[in-house]
Amino acid sequence: MIPALALLLGFQLAGEVAARGFGLPVPGPVIGLVLLVICCGLRPRLAEMLQPVVRGLLGNLSLFFVPAGVGVVAHMAEFQSDGLAIAIALMVSTALAIAVGALVFTGIVRLLGQREP
Amino acid sequence: MNDAALIWSYLSRAPLLWLTATLVAYWLGDSLFRAAGRQSWANPVLIAVILLAGLLWLTGTDYRTYFEGAQFVHFMLGPATVALGMPLYENLHRLRRAFLPLLAALFAGSLTAILSVLLIAKGFGLSPVMLASLAPKSTTAPVAIGIAEGMGGEPTITAVLVLLTGIFGAIIATPLLNLLGVRDWRARGFSLGVAAHGIGTARAFQVNETAGAFAGIGMGLNAVLTAIIAPVILHLFQ
Repeated sequence: MIPALALLLGFQLAGEVAARGFGLPVPGPVIGLVLLVICCGLRPRLAEMLQPVVRGLLGNLSLFFVPAGVGVVAHMAEFQSDGLAIAIALMVSTALAIAVGALVFTGIVRLLGQREP
Repeated sequence: MNDAALIWSYLSRAPLLWLTATLVAYWLGDSLFRAAGRQSWANPVLIAVILLAGLLWLTGTDYRTYFEGAQFVHFMLGPATVALGMPLYENLHRLRRAFLPLLAALFAGSLTAILSVLLIAKGFGLSPVMLASLAPKSTTAPVAIGIAEGMGGEPTITAVLVLLTGIFGAIIATPLLNLLGVRDWRARGFSLGVAAHGIGTARAFQVNETAGAFAGIGMGLNAVLTAIIAPVILHLFQ
């Protein structure tokens, strides 16, 4: 467990250093994510070693959002005054994104003449 | 001061109390979620947030004090984001097989999610801080929080917006995609993962295994794409 955790933190650390060092707009952990995919591709045994800790982290992923979510208490005023506008923006945009994404996917599949599995 | 007040004045300032409260609130939320048959509206994070917000209000505790304890949980967002690379790596072979449709749907879905929310929010005259907080709403929370922070948004607002987006996407996806006549499980899952991140992915896994795997790919790819394009698009609205 410790080596796997150290590796995950190491990827994150490398990502943070790269993001700050090169002034990239991408958050450090996202660069760490890409590094993990690349390194696992180069050394498949790494994936095996990381697997149990990764499963534990991803199985409880939603817990980690809670502290940031509670921050809403500090912004109740904004949500009270602009709540309706925010709700409309979120709902319309999310429905549109699902519809457009799915239709473009099936459209390209049809265009290429691929079979749907 | 009596003993109970002394104990409270100690506990309310030490990290232990709010760290414990965070875990217990999530535990309760998760139990309710299971009891409700894993319905999207009974989201465990939303339940935990409501419980904790109520508790902070009742005890007159401010968010800064709460965060002293909760920061240990918050810190895990970083390594958890890195860990999201693993399902992406495991599904690389599926990705290669449907490369072009995936790539097109990723760009279409991601751009639609960012542009439409900014257009509507701008139309309603919402503040620049709110625009920056809304822009990454379709990406997974740890990444969205990082993106919003980098663009001058408010990370705590983003966290809640991301949550609401995921819950709404998970609830609406099945009826919406049925209405549109989309039957390909890959398309259904992928578009939901792009638009509604982890909560959408969890929903997709409930419906169909293939849809779930593709939703996970969509979530991972959109996290990277949004991190790159959201600052550029937001710039057009400022």
